[in-house]
Amino acid sequence: MKSAFATLLLTTALTFPGLAMARQVTMTTQLSNYGGDGAYVALYVTDASGAYAGSLWMAGGKSKYYKHLTDWYRATGGDTAQINGITGASVGAGRSLEISLDLTDALFDAGYTLHIDAAVEDMRDSPNEVVVPLTTEGAGTPVPGRRYITNFTYDM
Amino acid sequence: MIRAFHRWPGLVALVLVTVLALSGAALSVFAAAERLAAPQADAGLSVATLTERIQLVYPGVEQVRRAPSGRITAFWFENGTPGAAVIDPATGQGVASADPNQMERWLTNLHRSLFLGDGGRIAMALGAAAMLVLAISGTLLVARRAGGWRRWFAPLRGPLAGRIHVEIARIAIFGLMVSSLTALWMTASTFDLLPDASDGPAFPAAVSGAVAMPVTDMALLVATPVNELRELSFPYPGDATDVFTLKTDQGTGYLDQGTGEVLGWADLTGLERVSETIYMLHTGQGAAVLGLILGLLALGVPVMGATGVLIWLAGRRARPRIHGNKTAGQAKTILLVGSEGGSTWGFAATLHKALTKAGQSVHVGPMSAFAPDRYANAERIIVLAATYGDGAAPASAKGFLDRLEALGHVPAIPLAVLGFGDRSFPAYCGFAKAVAAAAKAKGWPELLPLDTIERQSPQEFARWGHALGDALGIDLNLAYQPVPAPTRSLMLKSRRDYGSEAQAPAAILRFALPKVSLWHRLTGRGFGRFKAGDLIGIQPEGSPMPRFYSLASGHRDGFIEIVVRKHVGGLCSGQLMALQPGDSVRAFVRHNPAFHPDHSHTPLILIGAGTGIGPLAGFIRANRRQRPIHLFFGMRQRDSDFFYGDDLADWQTEGRLTDLITATSRGKQRRYVQDALRGDALEVTRLIRNGARIMVCGGRDMAAGVTDALADILAPTGLTPAALKAEGRYVEDVY
Repeated sequence: MKSAFATLLLTTALTFPGLAMARQVTMTTQLSNYGGDGAYVALYVTDASGAYAGSLWMAGGKSKYYKHLTDWYRATGGDTAQINGITGASVGAGRSLEISLDLTDALFDAGYTLHIDAAVEDMRDSPNEVVVPLTTEGAGTPVPGRRYITNFTYDM
Repeated sequence: MIRAFHRWPGLVALVLVTVLALSGAALSVFAAAERLAAPQADAGLSVATLTERIQLVYPGVEQVRRAPSGRITAFWFENGTPGAAVIDPATGQGVASADPNQMERWLTNLHRSLFLGDGGRIAMALGAAAMLVLAISGTLLVARRAGGWRRWFAPLRGPLAGRIHVEIARIAIFGLMVSSLTALWMTASTFDLLPDASDGPAFPAAVSGAVAMPVTDMALLVATPVNELRELSFPYPGDATDVFTLKTDQGTGYLDQGTGEVLGWADLTGLERVSETIYMLHTGQGAAVLGLILGLLALGVPVMGATGVLIWLAGRRARPRIHGNKTAGQAKTILLVGSEGGSTWGFAATLHKALTKAGQSVHVGPMSAFAPDRYANAERIIVLAATYGDGAAPASAKGFLDRLEALGHVPAIPLAVLGFGDRSFPAYCGFAKAVAAAAKAKGWPELLPLDTIERQSPQEFARWGHALGDALGIDLNLAYQPVPAPTRSLMLKSRRDYGSEAQAPAAILRFALPKVSLWHRLTGRGFGRFKAGDLIGIQPEGSPMPRFYSLASGHRDGFIEIVVRKHVGGLCSGQLMALQPGDSVRAFVRHNPAFHPDHSHTPLILIGAGTGIGPLAGFIRANRRQRPIHLFFGMRQRDSDFFYGDDLADWQTEGRLTDLITATSRGKQRRYVQDALRGDALEVTRLIRNGARIMVCGGRDMAAGVTDALADILAPTGLTPAALKAEGRYVEDVY
């Protein structure tokens, strides 16, 4: 899995000036027991102006349901090229999604914000479940989600 | 061929299809329950008013959804916690939990994927495809069995499993086709194989920047009735660039949160509408009654599965193994079999065995494998052909007539055709006759003229065997034993003698009911369950071939009764007539559902002569519900041949018999039963017009006379005996 993430970050979404330095980041998304089927979860980043910068991960394989990840869909127009190679299975209730990525240093402490959208069949769409600024300081601190996510942590 | 398309998907996908049907039926109840439980909005209520009501109760409301059932759910966010409830549109108050029903969710996942993700979805889609193949092939089979599309609902005959199978199928088949077709569409949609998803309108690039316009001032929300609403999402609190998103039955649009202006709109595409209709048809969400009906029809699937397996097993058991079958190229005699249920194969096996024993080399194969070029050493071809439905080719004879028609020249070796059939069907041995006629038209030399076997009669088959043996110059004894039926010993309890004055001694023999095992009682086998009109096979001493008599009693009567007349030189009738109380014979039961009265209360016209009174008397004895029964009974002499004379009088007093008309054929006034019918023509016509059912039992000549008489009687009404037979209202038990 790791290699897939690495590829993504270096080739597709997040291209930044001064890409030279990268570090490994582990992101853990713990889902609550919301009593529904597996959740679709999208992790993506916006820049300091709030503009979409790139996707980190898409949990959920069927593109026809992506429009329920409302904000991600709005930002990308549902463009599956944004998540080529970084797509996995949906995450069951009570499970956790752990991904490890090589992220460029330039992402941290530069006004970038990580967003998580979630959606569950027959339940309320939940864009912006988690909104967390990417800072070196914030690493290791759990951030609560709104509806389906108990908490989210990134470790460096 | 069609049968193979029915049998194999049925057997292979049995479990899958059963799971699909049962879970689907259960789910249809949830859709209907939701429709009943959901508080419905008034017809005139607008989305704006509804939203305002909800906002008053739940200020943090983020989204309002309306399900096709009419159930309205609100989602809100207050003090950092999300909430949701089913809303009463009249008050805006939450009235029930919005959490998904766990049982329904479990069933849904079972139904669509067996909890196995995409692999399971594909498996269930294959199950749905199997269901569709079964429904289509089943439709063709039902039409063929009934004898045409117009006779789709014609009454059925035959073993119970087969009747239940078809009875359910001809109603359920339409629902199953809808369910399986829509299932396949939905799976294709899930896997993105259909272009039925649209992107919706583009998100507005610019907004007014104003906020907090009351929803009741937004023109589109005021104009949209709640009954068209699907979803209204609110802008994020504090985000002036966000908008209202409205989804309705028409399409999707964005509304400015400060001005209410419509910033973008996209109608549903045609394909989206099609997909939604299909979703509704399949789930019953938005069409609860239809869903319940489809669910109910789906319950027929496990029953059809079980009876289907029984039919298949019975067919397999009925088709014997043929030992020492020669290849088509080696054999001198080619035996071609046209069988539907498998019983004709039993005759073929008997013939194969007897011919082989007589030193012949014989090849047995299905008629559909007819290939005269391969019969290098053959000297004769024998065709044993059953008939399916209204004269159609049985399963193993498909294509035979076409192939014969296409032949440039027919084989020079002679042909014999033997038909198997049941005279109670309109087209008796219709297919065998068609084969014989086609062969004659082509100038195919004849080994034996066309002959027929009625109701698998071993006697008739043995007789034909002698004729064949004569033609071949060999001694041919065909001892056909359908299923080596296990016989039981029956002890004679009493006998009533008749006929001595007519010089043809006859008797009503009553045997004690043997002890029946629990298994036979449960499965209705053997002497466990039988009715008047069923047959009893008596195994006479000194002959392997059983003789069949119609039963005059059912198991409920607690005894076994038959009416027997001694035939000159008759082996079995002689032994029976010699029985004294305490003596025993060996016998078994063969069910004969074609000659049972139906369960309706329409009048019955029973016509019988001589010992043919047996089953008819049994029907009357069992007529506890006092159905109107009119009996026409022909006998030789009144004082010696009036079987059941005293009983008939009693039954008439008890109301089991409405009317008794007799005719005597010896003595001063010679009158046959058909003359009695003509004499009562007006009453007979009236009864038949009122839906009466006719059952005839007796000798072949008598039955033919009755048919002629009825044809004359009914001529003014436009009805014919043939039409009544086709409807199943005129049945015969003829010997």
